[in-house]
Amino acid sequence: MKQLKSFIKKEFFHIFRDPRTMLILFGIPIAQLLIFGTVIKSEIKDVHIAVYDQSKDITTQQITNKILSSGYFILDKNLENTNGIEDIFRKGKVKEVIVFESNFGEKLKKEGKANVQLIADASDPNTARLVISYTSGIINDYIKKMYPNLQLPMQIQPEVRMYFNEEMKSAYMFVPGVMALILMLISAMMTSISITREKELGTMEILLVSPLRPAQIIIGKVIPYLMLSVANAFVIVLIGNLVFGVPITGSFILLMLETILFIMMALCLGILISTAAKNQMTAMFISMIGLMLPTIILSGFIYPIENMPVVLQVISHIMPARYFVTIIRAIMLKGVGILFVWKETLILIGMTLFFIAVSVRKFKIRLE
Amino acid sequence: MEEIIKVKNLIKKFGSFTANDNLSFDVYKGEIFGFLGANGAGKTTAIRILCGLSSPTSGDVKVAGFDIYRETEKIKKNIGYMSQKFSLYEDLTVAENIRLYAGIYGIPPKKRKEKMAELLKKLEMENARNKLIAGLPLGWKQKLAFSVAIFHEPKIVFLDEPTGGVDPVTRRKFWDLIYEAASNGITVFVTTHYMDEAEYCDRVSIMDAGKIEALDTPAKLKERYNAKNMDEVFIKIAR
Repeated sequence: MKQLKSFIKKEFFHIFRDPRTMLILFGIPIAQLLIFGTVIKSEIKDVHIAVYDQSKDITTQQITNKILSSGYFILDKNLENTNGIEDIFRKGKVKEVIVFESNFGEKLKKEGKANVQLIADASDPNTARLVISYTSGIINDYIKKMYPNLQLPMQIQPEVRMYFNEEMKSAYMFVPGVMALILMLISAMMTSISITREKELGTMEILLVSPLRPAQIIIGKVIPYLMLSVANAFVIVLIGNLVFGVPITGSFILLMLETILFIMMALCLGILISTAAKNQMTAMFISMIGLMLPTIILSGFIYPIENMPVVLQVISHIMPARYFVTIIRAIMLKGVGILFVWKETLILIGMTLFFIAVSVRKFKIRLE
Repeated sequence: MEEIIKVKNLIKKFGSFTANDNLSFDVYKGEIFGFLGANGAGKTTAIRILCGLSSPTSGDVKVAGFDIYRETEKIKKNIGYMSQKFSLYEDLTVAENIRLYAGIYGIPPKKRKEKMAELLKKLEMENARNKLIAGLPLGWKQKLAFSVAIFHEPKIVFLDEPTGGVDPVTRRKFWDLIYEAASNGITVFVTTHYMDEAEYCDRVSIMDAGKIEALDTPAKLKERYNAKNMDEVFIKIAR
């Protein structure tokens, strides 16, 4: 026990004295969280639009005002004819043009039907889709309120509710994802680097000649990163909650336990990488390319797994982060207990055991 | 004389390559045993087996009275090791390195404090106590690495090319430490390819292509091979 203590103390010295390690441990998580938090957005804000209003009556003006006061749109210019529309889009600033036909208000009153054309710049299809759906939502909403007796062209009126994320905040999506990403990075990459560093420096031999058992060396390597990763997870959840308003609906203890499980899995993966990699560079590349990218792309954290080609869907099944993201989304947003995530939990436990078994085997072989 | 290392018919194969081809030798308690050979002769393989870092393909090996196959844990407590790569942590201070090894070898804090004070005084490094290893001159680092390797008072210390890349004066000083350890009853097993160092050993074995070609005191080897110094002996054997 005392042996282990001096060993762990030394690991902490290594961590706290290396600026690069400190940066990866504490700088990157916060930076990533803030970058993802401000960059990835599935909501729109301040989109520039142009309006070509051929009727200029009260109705069209009210609709325009409602659209502009929603906070999503900014009026860039009023058009007088259709000629300039293509040019405007080419310039790129304006993302949508709204065209009201002449006598819009009158037609609406008399015939119960009037035309408005929404033209969007679909060179960025996601934004275009969002812009169109926001605008039509606002217009429909206006007409429903002003003319409750009017029948909209749609006969079926779906009542939409976005469960677990009523405002469709993207933070709800990226906080669990960033958490998976960061924990993977810190745990797997840092342990693999710190073990391969000892191999490179030759100190690993000294440790192996000493009465320390290989298991103690592994545990001693893992414990500091386990502690720091848990602290990091805590900070991420906290920032997610306080800065981005992501709720923790479910049990906080369960959330932390699942997080520790995921960290353990990543640490074991790190050990496995270190048994395969000869030096720090290789360890870093394997962790970066082998873990980071698949975690970002295949875990379903940004891109829905269901939309992927079948091959990638199959591959995504071996991505541990996929299960972790599912678990923490369920706990944080839906507030469910272990009964709803036991399958994912078991898979993570299974993966952890598998990595431990393989690394112990490989660690022994390496001693030969 | 009491044998502290007994090696009989040691064979180590890597695939079809035989790194140690039927080695047999004994090392006596308290002697400085030089383990010589050209690069690739199989020295490091043998030393790694004796330290328990690697297991032999076949053969009987006993280190400090313990069997290499079954009692590696006991062997580890009784040996010290300093490799050709530098074996202290550069980002730890002198005192922290000593404390770490003392901790790993289970030396009680009280004894550690006494020994550390004594050691730093002997090495004249009291002022460097809280300095990072990275900032020390190479000669100091090596002396300290050796002192740390024998800090837990092992029966045997294995030195794998401990003086690589050091100037002759520093090497000479380093050997003073080795003599001191030997006079305190620690058996020293040292590999080197500096032939002047071979002269300092009590007995020398010379390996070539996985086999031990000669094993005797430097004086007798010179006589047998009709050579002025160990350099000539080595060249005649290894060719």
